[in-house]
Amino acid sequence: MEQVGQRKIDGLWLTVVGIAVLFFLILPTLIVIPMSFSGASFLEFPPTSFSFRWYTAYLTSPEWMSATRTSLIAAILTTLIATPLGSLCAYGLHCSAPRIRNAAQILVIMPIVVPVILIAVGVFSLYAKLGLNYTLAGVVIAHTALALPFVIVTVMSGLQNYDFDQELAARSLGASRAYALWTVTVPQVKFSIQTGAFLAFITSLDEVVISMLVSGGDNATITRRMFNSLRDQLDPTIAAISTCLIVVSVVALVGVQLIGRSKNVDK
Amino acid sequence: MSSATQSLPIEISSLCKAYGSVKALDDVSLNIAAGEFLTLLGPSGSGKTTLLMALAGFSRPDSGSIRFGDQEVIATPPHKRGLGMVFQSYALFPFMTVAENVAYPLKIRGVSKSDQKTHAERALDTVQLGGYGDRRITQLSGGQRQRVALARAMVFEPQIILMDEPLSALDKQLREHMQIELKALHQKLDATVVYVTHDQREALTMSDRIAVVNHGRIEQVETPERLYRQPSSFFVADFVGESVSLPVKVANDTAQLGERALKSDSPIAQGSGGHRLVIRPELLEVTSGAVPETANDLSGHVHDIIYQGDSVLVIVQHDSAGQINVRVPANRAGQTGLPSKGERIGLALHPEDTIIVPEHAS
Ligand SMILES: Nc1ncnc2c1ncn2[C@@H]1O[C@H](COP(=O)(O)OP(=O)(O)O)[C@@H](O)[C@H]1O
Ligand SMILES: [Mg+2]
Repeated sequence: MEQVGQRKIDGLWLTVVGIAVLFFLILPTLIVIPMSFSGASFLEFPPTSFSFRWYTAYLTSPEWMSATRTSLIAAILTTLIATPLGSLCAYGLHCSAPRIRNAAQILVIMPIVVPVILIAVGVFSLYAKLGLNYTLAGVVIAHTALALPFVIVTVMSGLQNYDFDQELAARSLGASRAYALWTVTVPQVKFSIQTGAFLAFITSLDEVVISMLVSGGDNATITRRMFNSLRDQLDPTIAAISTCLIVVSVVALVGVQLIGRSKNVDK
Repeated sequence: MSSATQSLPIEISSLCKAYGSVKALDDVSLNIAAGEFLTLLGPSGSGKTTLLMALAGFSRPDSGSIRFGDQEVIATPPHKRGLGMVFQSYALFPFMTVAENVAYPLKIRGVSKSDQKTHAERALDTVQLGGYGDRRITQLSGGQRQRVALARAMVFEPQIILMDEPLSALDKQLREHMQIELKALHQKLDATVVYVTHDQREALTMSDRIAVVNHGRIEQVETPERLYRQPSSFFVADFVGESVSLPVKVANDTAQLGERALKSDSPIAQGSGGHRLVIRPELLEVTSGAVPETANDLSGHVHDIIYQGDSVLVIVQHDSAGQINVRVPANRAGQTGLPSKGERIGLALHPEDTIIVPEHAS
């Protein structure tokens, strides 16, 4: 009897701690949302009045709109480049000898491990020579480099759960390697590729440090503009933009989950 | 797709493949006749899969030649070799239906939708899965999946079919049933089959000829019966079938067990590392009286009698050479006159059943 009671108390503790951790993880994100609907002209929590004025300010500002466009285009291009490139890279590594694969895996993880500020400084100096600073292409290339590891790691883990004999079977039955890859392998690691694409999109959309150095002028990203705006004037427009970004991220995440769910139900 | 399907002979010469210091294929030469069912038999790690993958084109040998008919294929990519292949894991495409799986090779070859359907249905009929076309792979049992894999490998009427341990994931009863079925199927198809297994009984049951593989080399290629009765080395004798072996001395083309010369019908194969007498338990004859002059006398004392259902295994302590196993039928005829434990038993080994092999083939 006593033991059961003890176990119940242990379970209670775990629940309390769990909820507390969750709360601290999500709270800073959620606090922005009510702040964005505030009527005051400075950031306040809890808000004392309600209005949409900061959303209006955001949506009618040419600078903010230009930055939003830059960020979305950069994120979409990054996704479109990093996803096929990273998936092919994962496929190549999956097919290579274990020794090469292990060595390459360390290289691939590098951009995640190295402090982003170092990469940013390196990219900036290189771009200075190439004339890529303040260009959209420059932002996309740098973001693709950052996003690739996420795509590679996700797709490789997907391939690990896939019976590679299937691709050999397809090839022995007359399919060229490319056709076998496209018709047999890709459909079965689709969910990993979609997850990789989502991570690539978010990596680019959220990226601040490299954007601070490399983007600018007409091609400033929204994160760069937000950062500068925080420094100059603390204005609830930031909260409105953050809320929009949260919505975009959540929609993308839910989208990926739903596609994955429908695939699993299908099985 | 070639219209008239006619099976092709395969000619493998001096094939070598090394993985680091491991010689997975060590100078392998083998001729397989058109329409033959040839089995590669050997223990795990002996190089069977490596040889099959070289035939399929998935692994490039370091040297040597492979010819299908009169065409050298060593540099031909897998999808242009026109082979049907069956994998141990079946390698069916789980996101396609049974019919879509079977039609896959036809789709690649640009066969029309309606022809795809009729051909796939016919192939499924052949493997007794008629009407299963719309099922999902996940709804099938292991045996049914195996049949789908077979149907997919033969639907485009390939001239050569390769199979790598296709039955090893099935339970014993189904496996034995499928062995008979596969053999019958081979007789219907006009295709050369190269079959890989590590199960000697399976190889004996199904094959026209068996190539015994050991350490990347082919030890012997023979029909099942001759492989069993006239193994060329101790490895083959030991790997194929049940046996006990005793060391013998060979001088002037006669083998001696202890002091006694052994009578044997077949000449003694040359090799290295000394010779052994291989005794198959079912080839020994239990005699009631003295062993006849024409046979080799292996009499001794009964050490133990083990009942095994279909037969009885008698373990005999030979007078000088060690223990010998004798198998006798478990019916009444086999049991009459069988001595009991500790008694003397007369054992005759006839010259045609006397197998003497070198430790290593030359
Ligand atoms: N990709 C590979 N890399 C390294 N060694 C290998 C590879 N494939 C096979 N081998 C080695 O080659 C030998 C033969 O292997 P395999 O052909 O798979 O044998 P089997 O199919 O008869 O069990 C084994 O010693 C195995 O370890
Ligand atoms: Mg194998």
